[in-house]
Amino acid sequence: MTTLNTLVAVCLGYVLFLFVVAFMAERSALRGNGRWLRSPLVYTLSLSIYCTAWTFYGAVGSAARTGFEYLTIYLGPSLVMIGWWWVLRKLVRIGRTQRITSVADLISSRYGKSNLLAIGVTILAVVGTTPYIALQLQSVTLSFQVFGTPAPAADALHDYTALWVAVGLAVFTVIFGTRNLDANERHHGVVMAIAVEAVVKLTALLAVGVFVVWGLSGGLSETLARIDASPLGHWQMEGGRWAGITLLSAAAFLCLPRMFQVLVVESDDETHLRTASWAFPLYLMLMSLFVVPIAVVGLDLMPAGSNPDLFVLTVPLSQGQEGLALLSFLGGFSSATSMVIVAAIALSTMVSNHIVMPIWLRFTGGGASVSGDVRHVVLVSRRLSIAGVVGLGYVYYAVSGGGTALATIGLVSFAGLAQVLPAMLGGIFWRGATRVGAFAGLTAGFGIWLYTLFLPSFGSGMILPDALMQNGLFGLGWLRPYALFGIEGMDPVLHTLFWSMAFNLGAFFLASLVSFPSPLERLQGAQFVNIFQHSGAASSWSGGVVQSEDLMIMAQRILGAREAQALFAREAERQGHPGALPETSPDFLEALERELAGSVGAATAHAMVGQIVGGMSVSVEDLMAVADETAQMMEYSSRLEAQSAELSRTARQLREANAKLTRLSVQKDAFLSQISHELRTPMTSIRAFSEILRDGSALGPEDQAKYATIIQDEAIRLTRLLDDLLDLSVLENGQVSLNLRQGLLCDVLDRAEAAALAYTDGPRLQINRDRKAETLVLNTDLDRLSQVFINLISNADKYCDAAQPELDIRVVQTAESLVIDFIDNGSGVSVEARDVIFEKFARVSDGQAGGAGLGLAISRQIVTRLGGAITYLTGQKGAAFRVIVPQGMALAAQ
Amino acid sequence: MTAPAEDRPRRPSLFLERRTYRRRRLMDAARLLPLLGLLLWCIPLLWPSGPEGVTSSGALTYIFCVWLGLILVAFGLALRLRSEEVDKLPEARK
Amino acid sequence: MPKHVLLIEDEPNIIEAISFILSRDGWTVNTHSNGTTAVDTVHARRPDVLILDVMLPGKSGYDILRELREHPETEGLPVLMLTARGQTKDREMAERAGVNAFMAKPFSNSEMLEMVRSLSTP
Repeated sequence: MTTLNTLVAVCLGYVLFLFVVAFMAERSALRGNGRWLRSPLVYTLSLSIYCTAWTFYGAVGSAARTGFEYLTIYLGPSLVMIGWWWVLRKLVRIGRTQRITSVADLISSRYGKSNLLAIGVTILAVVGTTPYIALQLQSVTLSFQVFGTPAPAADALHDYTALWVAVGLAVFTVIFGTRNLDANERHHGVVMAIAVEAVVKLTALLAVGVFVVWGLSGGLSETLARIDASPLGHWQMEGGRWAGITLLSAAAFLCLPRMFQVLVVESDDETHLRTASWAFPLYLMLMSLFVVPIAVVGLDLMPAGSNPDLFVLTVPLSQGQEGLALLSFLGGFSSATSMVIVAAIALSTMVSNHIVMPIWLRFTGGGASVSGDVRHVVLVSRRLSIAGVVGLGYVYYAVSGGGTALATIGLVSFAGLAQVLPAMLGGIFWRGATRVGAFAGLTAGFGIWLYTLFLPSFGSGMILPDALMQNGLFGLGWLRPYALFGIEGMDPVLHTLFWSMAFNLGAFFLASLVSFPSPLERLQGAQFVNIFQHSGAASSWSGGVVQSEDLMIMAQRILGAREAQALFAREAERQGHPGALPETSPDFLEALERELAGSVGAATAHAMVGQIVGGMSVSVEDLMAVADETAQMMEYSSRLEAQSAELSRTARQLREANAKLTRLSVQKDAFLSQISHELRTPMTSIRAFSEILRDGSALGPEDQAKYATIIQDEAIRLTRLLDDLLDLSVLENGQVSLNLRQGLLCDVLDRAEAAALAYTDGPRLQINRDRKAETLVLNTDLDRLSQVFINLISNADKYCDAAQPELDIRVVQTAESLVIDFIDNGSGVSVEARDVIFEKFARVSDGQAGGAGLGLAISRQIVTRLGGAITYLTGQKGAAFRVIVPQGMALAAQ
Repeated sequence: MTAPAEDRPRRPSLFLERRTYRRRRLMDAARLLPLLGLLLWCIPLLWPSGPEGVTSSGALTYIFCVWLGLILVAFGLALRLRSEEVDKLPEARK
Repeated sequence: MPKHVLLIEDEPNIIEAISFILSRDGWTVNTHSNGTTAVDTVHARRPDVLILDVMLPGKSGYDILRELREHPETEGLPVLMLTARGQTKDREMAERAGVNAFMAKPFSNSEMLEMVRSLSTP
């Protein structure tokens, strides 16, 4: 009989062996020659952590109790693996390209990096996994018990066994699970140890099976006959459970944190999935092959009432096969330990990343930029989380005290974790899935699972009081945990599965439909759903040469062909390569990235190089960094643009000012030239005649008088010109002060007529007026207005070329203004001249006029000052001018 | 611009198209396989329960045969998909 | 035989002054005051010396001079140009148009007479 001591010694020896295996694996991975570590076989074997102690011991127990139901637990995962092309391929690709570290990370990352969701999934995972860990501890304890003598101290021993196992597992996990903080979260040592344990599990179960079939039953056909003769002889299966649990196990296979860890996170190469797609179902099939024979033989051989969960151990023991029993024990031990180790790693990653680290960062003020510091904190936080998770499992075990059959706890755990499935699959296949939807679905599913399955699983009266179990929450019958909405008699697991999934899916879809995703969420959604369009082909296809060429092509585009080629040649020479393409060594990549960063920015360069070398798609952080950089560049360039716009605006203003000055200068020149002409012309006559008078003794008195008159006329003309110039200058500069007075329009016209015609000779201009209409009181500068009238009348006098010159002065009073028209009967002003007659020196007549051409310019200035206007009237027979004086200044004389 | 010069690059692409076509059909098969498995494994739902029903040995044989069949087909598909990828490798390097 | 001067000028008082000064010196003076018809008048009158104002109604003195210089008959006609705009650029324009002498108004009677005399004796 194997004593407890040898058992403990074997256990310790086995654990030591695992330590060595894990250590060697880590060593060779570190040295870089661990290619065999990443073979598809190791990957497939590592998946076997799906088969826990529950499977190892519990499957036989389940078969003994309920027949074929245990198969469903294997059928589901087999279907998932065979159908890897649907979901797993996508999950693994997403996990690799997005550097997903856990289920919680996947969900959070897909729904816009929502930490709330991550925390939710983490809590769900911890709550769902803790009983499972407890289950493993229990199974180890029970198996110890089988070997141990039923001593009075047994109970105390059980507790110690569980405690020691828990501590040992925690230590192992801490050592190999947190040795290095790899960005990829891969643990070669752990994976290798698990693979070895997988082999031990399978060997042990197959050995017991072979012993039972060929050793005890005498062959295959005899065994089949024995099965048919046993209480399990006929197919007995509840259809609902068969289908329901198959689906449930399939869902759990994807959602269990430890499965996600080995399937996705530890995956080195997605082509391994192809091998695992048939190899893992094969493994599962072999694991379940001898379950029914063992159960049947156990039921036959063992005394009634013995625990069928332990048939794997007790059947060989009862036949005196202690060695086989020991192997079987090691198989069960392996199943339990590997599950606990991976589950602890997976959960600690979640707890540490999504709960401990955010809290720590918040309390330390978010000094995340100090990388060395944070690295240490992460390791400590991981280790504490591992201890916490295993400890929690132990506490659950100690409090619940074992009790219920193993398989039940397993299904409870499955049902809980399956709540993640809608959010996960919805997230990778449906772009419309939103964070709100995921949260709503998870909450609804988790709540129902908690209420209808998890809490009642502690036993009636343990957590939920009996009254509640019987009468429902608040005494409402339709809220009874096992009979929601009054549907009674359903299997509890199926009941929970149905309702939780119904509400989970319903809430997920409805909330997704009505809510609106954030930009980051939409981006992530697109990245996840269209992962095969975004990420390149599997990285195993691309060799170093291809990468170098790709990098070269990219670098040429960015740096320019010559510089890129020079850079690559330089690097190749530095590496001692004969060709133009260097190896894609980290040094070279760093140099290239630096070089590219100078052109396109650091984040963009990193993303570009990463995409080519890593075969990875760009992560959202990369994209965000690129966007930030682009925004900065755009801001910078828009600042430059604004500056250059301002410069060109200033330049334009300068050009305009210059043009204006030039124009003014030209005007000034023309004006001076005009002034010169106007002054010199009368002075010419004056000088000529004064010289004639001075010299001329031979002049008659008549001539003398005539020439003196000319001199006087010209002098007057000069004076008038100077007056006009000064007047115009004053008016134009706005320095004139108006002398407002009241007076009658007719008086003003009388004065103007008299002044204008005072010195004229020749045919006298006849002026036609309507004195009655002119009897209006004006309130304006009467002298200035009179000056305008004088100018207009004398112009008519000078320029009207009719034989009998006449001037009509018509006065019309309108609502707003007073209109005075001066119309003569001459030939008028030519069309082209009308535009310029109001300009200075714009004389249009043929010479004889006495004025300098300033009269109309002055008139216009005056009328404008008075608030009115002067225009040339078209459509009249002769020359016609209209003076408009605002009505405010004209009052009817009453 | 002679006709053969135009024809030459076209011929491999035709060849390639046929190959990718076959690869797609293989993918379709890989997708269909789990559905087939689900269907076959749902057949036990139709079996009558109790003493007059299917014997346990018969049930076990059926279920494990389906299992083995699925594994073999999956193995075959994995091999074929793998060889397709191996064929593709030199092209990717060009 | 008295020499013949044609004066093209639009200011009546200036016409009177120049006519007086020249006829007192024994010149035959014809006057014309329109720019448009000035060239024809020159061809019709065939003066020995032409006195030309710049600012004329219808056509400027420069244009008239340029037209005259294009004609073989008046190519060598001595021309004295008078202008009230005494800037250098006016003088330059006159020289480019082919003037023989240039005087700014107001001028000294004796200088003007001297100028006409010197122009008439080649």
